Amino acid sequence: MTATRVSHNHKVMQTSSHAESTRLDATFAALADPTRRAILARLAGGEASVNELMAPFSMSQPAISKHLKVLERAGLVSRGHDAQRRPRKLEAQPLAEATEYLQRYREYWEASYAQLDAVLEELKAIEKADKSTKRKK
Amino acid sequence: MNKLTITTPSDREIAMTRAFDAPRHLVYQAYTKPEMLKRWMGVHNGFELVVCEIDLRVGGTYRYVWKAHGGMSMGMGGVYQDIVKEEKIVSTEKFDESWYPGDAVGTVTFTEAAGRTTVTTTVLYASKEARDGVLKSPMAEGMGAGFDTLEKLLALLHPM
Repeated sequence: MTATRVSHNHKVMQTSSHAESTRLDATFAALADPTRRAILARLAGGEASVNELMAPFSMSQPAISKHLKVLERAGLVSRGHDAQRRPRKLEAQPLAEATEYLQRYREYWEASYAQLDAVLEELKAIEKADKSTKRKK
Repeated sequence: MNKLTITTPSDREIAMTRAFDAPRHLVYQAYTKPEMLKRWMGVHNGFELVVCEIDLRVGGTYRYVWKAHGGMSMGMGGVYQDIVKEEKIVSTEKFDESWYPGDAVGTVTFTEAAGRTTVTTTVLYASKEARDGVLKSPMAEGMGAGFDTLEKLLALLHPM
């Protein structure tokens, strides 16, 4: 029932480059911490300064800055142009790469289920037609 | 459109839930009749389900083979372990050229409420390594509940 792997296997068979896997390692290491994930979730809503990012956490600025450094090194966060506020912003690309496998799994089933929706509409129509024929009889 | 939810309820499982705007007996039909399955399961991106054999009874076997227009094919199959008509199908599953160790056991449940049917598919793998091999994600390396978190982050980035 998990035909996902038909498409998935194609991907697995493609060997990823060393650089790609190193980058992925950095991304996942950065994502391994709940504070850093919360920071990313906040930045997904728009860029923010260090002070703004600090607000929801009971953490010192150096502690937050340390997390931001990890995220920056992983390429997940970059600095905006405003020299005064030095806002941080989310870089979507590494995250998109990290979630690619999951995305494939999802896309595979979404595509299958969309077709199942169509099959079910047809079955419903057939059943309805059957019922009305029977009623006429 | 009905949303597909994917979670990892334990180290060795992947679970998927999706609702359908149809009564349960029709969804069950679409899941168990070869001529129906051939129309939806994995048949996109150039793939066709060319073999679909189902012996729907406990101890009975099933076999699926997909073929790409390019000629590449992939087969899988297994044995039915438990069947409750229109409620539940439990079966082992193994790919011909499996790239993860051990057999997996899939459980599909069908529940109906107000004319809509929710299908939950849970696949239990032989080990965490096998499960992660299926997702092929390095999230196993220290991410814990990473799967769900990534889902949430992804939803923020690409609202569905």
